[in-house]
Amino acid sequence: MSKPIIATASLAGCFGCHMSILDIDDRILQLIELVEFNKSPIDDIKTFTKQCDIGIIEGGCCNSENVHVLKDFRKNCKILISLGECAIMGGLPAMRNGIPVKECIEEAYLDGPTVGENKERILPNDEELPIILDKVYPLHEIVKIDYYLPGCPPRADLIWKAVVALATGDELNIPYELVKFD
Amino acid sequence: MKEKIISIIESYGRTSGRLMDILLSVQAEFRCVSEEAVSLIASELGVSEADVNQTKTFYHFFTTKPVGKYAVYMNNSVTSVMKGMYDVVDEFEKQAGIKFGQTTPDGLLSLNYTACIGMSDQEPAALINNVVFTELTRDKVRKIYSDMRDGKPVEAMFNEFGDGNNANQLVKTMVKNNIRRRGNVTLGEYEVGKGLTKALSMSSQEVIDEIKNSNLRGRGGAGFPTGLKWQFCSKETGDKYVMCNADEGEPGTFKDRVLLTERAHMIFEGMAVAGYAIGAKEGVLYLRHEYKYLKAFMESVLAELRNKNILGNNILGKGFNFDIRVQFGAGAYVCGEESALIESSEGKRGEPRNRPPFPVQRGYNAKPTVINNVETFCSVVKIIENGSAWYRGMGTEESAGTKLLSISGDCKMPGVYEIEWGMTIADMLQMVGAEDVQAVQVAGPSGICLPPSQFNRKIAIEDLPTGGSMIVIGANRDLIKDVVLNFMEFFEDESCGSCVTCRSFNMILRKQVKKVVDGRGIKSDLDNMLAWGEIMRKTSRCGLGQTASNPVSTTIKNFLDLYNARVKDAEYQSDFDMHKAIEESCEVVGRPANIHE
Repeated sequence: MSKPIIATASLAGCFGCHMSILDIDDRILQLIELVEFNKSPIDDIKTFTKQCDIGIIEGGCCNSENVHVLKDFRKNCKILISLGECAIMGGLPAMRNGIPVKECIEEAYLDGPTVGENKERILPNDEELPIILDKVYPLHEIVKIDYYLPGCPPRADLIWKAVVALATGDELNIPYELVKFD
Repeated sequence: MKEKIISIIESYGRTSGRLMDILLSVQAEFRCVSEEAVSLIASELGVSEADVNQTKTFYHFFTTKPVGKYAVYMNNSVTSVMKGMYDVVDEFEKQAGIKFGQTTPDGLLSLNYTACIGMSDQEPAALINNVVFTELTRDKVRKIYSDMRDGKPVEAMFNEFGDGNNANQLVKTMVKNNIRRRGNVTLGEYEVGKGLTKALSMSSQEVIDEIKNSNLRGRGGAGFPTGLKWQFCSKETGDKYVMCNADEGEPGTFKDRVLLTERAHMIFEGMAVAGYAIGAKEGVLYLRHEYKYLKAFMESVLAELRNKNILGNNILGKGFNFDIRVQFGAGAYVCGEESALIESSEGKRGEPRNRPPFPVQRGYNAKPTVINNVETFCSVVKIIENGSAWYRGMGTEESAGTKLLSISGDCKMPGVYEIEWGMTIADMLQMVGAEDVQAVQVAGPSGICLPPSQFNRKIAIEDLPTGGSMIVIGANRDLIKDVVLNFMEFFEDESCGSCVTCRSFNMILRKQVKKVVDGRGIKSDLDNMLAWGEIMRKTSRCGLGQTASNPVSTTIKNFLDLYNARVKDAEYQSDFDMHKAIEESCEVVGRPANIHE
């Protein structure tokens, strides 16, 4: 059997989950023996070049482009995994969900203490830019998600065990402390 | 304002333990508890504003902004909706020119919803300035509104009163008792003082033994053996309390209202018997705010009992001292849970406590406390009077005696029935004149929704335990939309928010039921609802969270076909709508809401 193909993406996240993927340390050498990477920031392949087996997504959807990428992943991956708090529940970005979009945008571009000079009070509205959504959505509200790996970020060992289990078909054995943080 | 508030605080002895009463009086006086009032109360009581605010914000009937000169609280419980609440709501809104949740600009009238007010047998019902209006219709609403315009006091808006003590000078309410069947215990013959006289001729241990032998079990619904509870408490030392739980808030229950109206003496007498048995000198009857109209009457009964020396010092010359005060709630279902009721009586948020310690060990004011239901105390009086053997002669082996049922919904004779435990649901339905029944909601929303195939089951603690609420649901009702959704909205509102799962899952389950009702559900939604309900049951501290998923879980179990007819056989379905999701932000930044997929 050929090696399973993995794709990854970070949407409205902080790339912390991807950092956690890299935290598997030297096991990355075993990983490239086990799987092949396609579209991913890890190898910098920008678009899908073939059908993939496993899609791993960090971050929720805060804008139209996130939704576009997510749907693209669903189309191109047999199995889709929500990686980390933001993908699963919206996470920190979702703290804006209780605040009207207008206030969020004005705080970011006009009134916030870190806003520099914006005398013309310009709000970014170029048609090329992704459009901010009314709220931050977790992935499973937009497409079907097959598995969830919790954590902020999920521990490297958890990601490793999950990917190995999917790649080899072996049973996934997760110790309590890998998914519980209390 | 300042002087008035200070005098209110003085009248309750300047103690934060009476914060509920202080807030209730301030709300009644000023139609709100404003931020200024909160600061003043806090500084006068020597507590923080946060302490006052946390109590204030917990209860439905405390408001920061003034309610209208006429404050309408419309009951939106399931039976009210069944009996035409939406017509009444529509007429109120039309007349007043405002929506529910609003106050007219001139401050004349405010319209709000409230949970079950204990009038399920005479719906639709509403409270207007704490006065009960039952069996409302469009015509009645028009008349009420015109009276409001004329500035009539609410008490003068009607002149026909209900039966029995409802017509008492101190009550004068249109509420009807609707007593349809009297048994031999709570609604049977009763002579004031007989039970207590006999109790005082016995030793306190003999009283406890008599109650134990009677097999009396708590009538609030949980069915804990009353004698055992008293025995535990009697073994504790120091000051103790007896509390009566008159906070019946389970939608569909109203039997305690009838006892409070017709058997007030008996309730207080039962509390005195309990006080004698466990060695308590003080009792508190916690009465739900919805029954505020009974305040003057209850207090007159207490005064009468003191005059007869059934309460007070050296009761009936036997050297026993015991007195009772009435504590009002302010609109919170969870306060029917005994430890939440204690917290509330102490002037705090009605959040259930962790157990142990149990109330019999550390209850009101951290002292050992016996809390029993209204009906339990009434039963106690008759058990002492006639003996435990007499009592055990009624009912079933495991459920001795009689039970009051509050029966409402789709039946010809809704009202209060005193039955012996052991009656089948089928017999009950015949008794109340119910035909073409789709389901019976046994024990209210927190109980179970029973299908016709199980109507041969018995009303008994060992089979179908109930605090007394029985809602008959006719074949013409949309069970999921009219009943289940209504119940989940109720639980979402009434969760105290202390346990994460109860706070979250009640909302999530309500949304999920709505999704099914709207035809957007899929099969796996049903599995999710069952699984999440189970998590909530296992991880909530009190009975509310432990039972709040029952409307969903018992109907999925017993009426699966109704759900299957509404859900799609799809693996996944998204409710996400890109165009809706980008509309607002495009408008804010000024760009066309176009998506290039």
